[in-house]
Amino acid sequence: MSTAAAVDPGLRAGGRGRVTQVNVIRSEWVKLWTLRSTRWSLLAAVVAMTGLGILVAVVQMNRWTQLAPGDRLRYDSIDTGVGGYHLAQLAIGVLGVMVISGEYSTGMIRSSMMAVPRRLPVLWAKLGVFSAVTFVLMLVSSFVSFFVVQAIVTQHRVQHTLGDPHALRVVLGTSLFLTVLGILAIGIGGLIRNTAGGISLLVFLLFVLPGITDILPASLANSISPYLPLNAGFTVATSTFDPGSHHLSPWGGFALFCGYAALAVIAAAVGLLRRDA
Amino acid sequence: MIEVSHVTKRYGDKLAVDDLTFTVKPGIVTGFLGPNGAGKSTTMRVILGLDAPTSGSVRVNGKVYRDLPAPLQEIGAMLEARAIHTGRSAFNHLLAMARTHGIPRSRVDDVIEIVGLGDVAHRRVGGFSLGMGQRLGIASALLGDPEILILDEPANGLDPEGILWIRNLLTGLAADGRTVFLSSHLMSEIALTAEHLVVVGRGRLIADTTVAEIVAQASENSAVRVRAPDAARLRDLLAADGVTIVSDTPDVLDVHGLDSRRIGTLAAAAGIVLYELTPQTASLEAAFMRLTGEAVEYHAGARATAPATPIAELERAA
Repeated sequence: MSTAAAVDPGLRAGGRGRVTQVNVIRSEWVKLWTLRSTRWSLLAAVVAMTGLGILVAVVQMNRWTQLAPGDRLRYDSIDTGVGGYHLAQLAIGVLGVMVISGEYSTGMIRSSMMAVPRRLPVLWAKLGVFSAVTFVLMLVSSFVSFFVVQAIVTQHRVQHTLGDPHALRVVLGTSLFLTVLGILAIGIGGLIRNTAGGISLLVFLLFVLPGITDILPASLANSISPYLPLNAGFTVATSTFDPGSHHLSPWGGFALFCGYAALAVIAAAVGLLRRDA
Repeated sequence: MIEVSHVTKRYGDKLAVDDLTFTVKPGIVTGFLGPNGAGKSTTMRVILGLDAPTSGSVRVNGKVYRDLPAPLQEIGAMLEARAIHTGRSAFNHLLAMARTHGIPRSRVDDVIEIVGLGDVAHRRVGGFSLGMGQRLGIASALLGDPEILILDEPANGLDPEGILWIRNLLTGLAADGRTVFLSSHLMSEIALTAEHLVVVGRGRLIADTTVAEIVAQASENSAVRVRAPDAARLRDLLAADGVTIVSDTPDVLDVHGLDSRRIGTLAAAAGIVLYELTPQTASLEAAFMRLTGEAVEYHAGARATAPATPIAELERAA
């Protein structure tokens, strides 16, 4: 290894750049795609989003004659078409937490904060890059899943087209829901600064809380559960709700879910500015 | 130019840095010396805007770090604790850093060449040895071609080849007229490259001086060791104004204030037999310890002891 290179004139180089929001976004773009874990998680989310609905549709069609008449009547192939989000949400949520907690666990955050000492541009860039990538991937996956599922269920004539009521809203809503879920996860990751802790809190908020309300008396549960983050977020990605279920309107629920995500992001932003890196 | 003024940093009830004031002058290498736990890394983190000082302020080229429009191009840093995602390759790490400032990709290739990581640039950093990690840290610091470099214990844990490499690199940077602020807990390491010294202990400033001054002090206080069977008579013979004689064993004298030639001549004239006559050059390390010993006594009101003790004390306290 060359030691003489130290005094090489090549040491003096470099144009004069400056830190801008666009430059920080370009940096976060590089960061997102240059980690193996990110690529695998995104691939997992895509496979889950496209694959699960199709798999379920195949199984349902094979068992079609054994389904109760009421179930057949209520069968909504739009919901099956986007059913993959039940699995994809886990991959997106975990990845969202790790996008930021991974920097704390490895010490990378110090490099990031030294390069961008105003700090917030890093958070905005992470949110922007991750939500754009998530939205595009999940939108494409949702459409693919939707159309393949409709083709499969044609055999029992229960297919829908995009023009049918709710169909387009649910397909778009699924990608929006998963994108905002990713934003919520980044907020939690930035707040907790620890992968295990961040994922635990995310799982608690999204998946454990609804289970807890289920064991409450029905009247109480019915007045709480529609406002829980995931229950609120689901609405925009749902076409036919369970009979008798208490839920918010699709866009109202989604707006509330966005509110939760915004709270998490604001808390993360305040922590980023106030606490030592 | 880095101006640290009255910086105090407290973590909970632990005082890491206590009213520290000093200036890192442009164009020279300044050593930042102190035992482990003296607050060196904390001070560096405060300079770099990573930790907010509890009170006091730091200016880099006249500005607070967070107000620098292109920090990597004004001040490059390598922290002691790793600051690199282990899952990314060296190249991609540097590229992501470069992007924040719009630094061209060619500069990434250049710094990889400069630190000699060409062969492993596309391997994941997690598999890097300590030495490779240090080189990557240096590459990150050089990325923006900054005038000021802050290096926290750059030689820590390196093998001899790595230490030599760092030393040559620092010499090169200094010759280049860069401002280098370099921390270490070893005087010997700093003395080779630094011109100026900032010494801290327990988070407080102990000394702000030059290496030349310390060297001068060291030679001023150097002794001559004399071994003679009739040491008592020699002692009387040599006693004079400005001469101090220390004796731990009956036939050995450590004489301060006379050189070996003068002692030999005096002894021969008096017919005293000498078995040994050896000039003792005080090591820089010893001079440093004497310096910090006095400073600790003065600043902290610690007891006057043998030179080596205060540092050992500090190390224990830390």
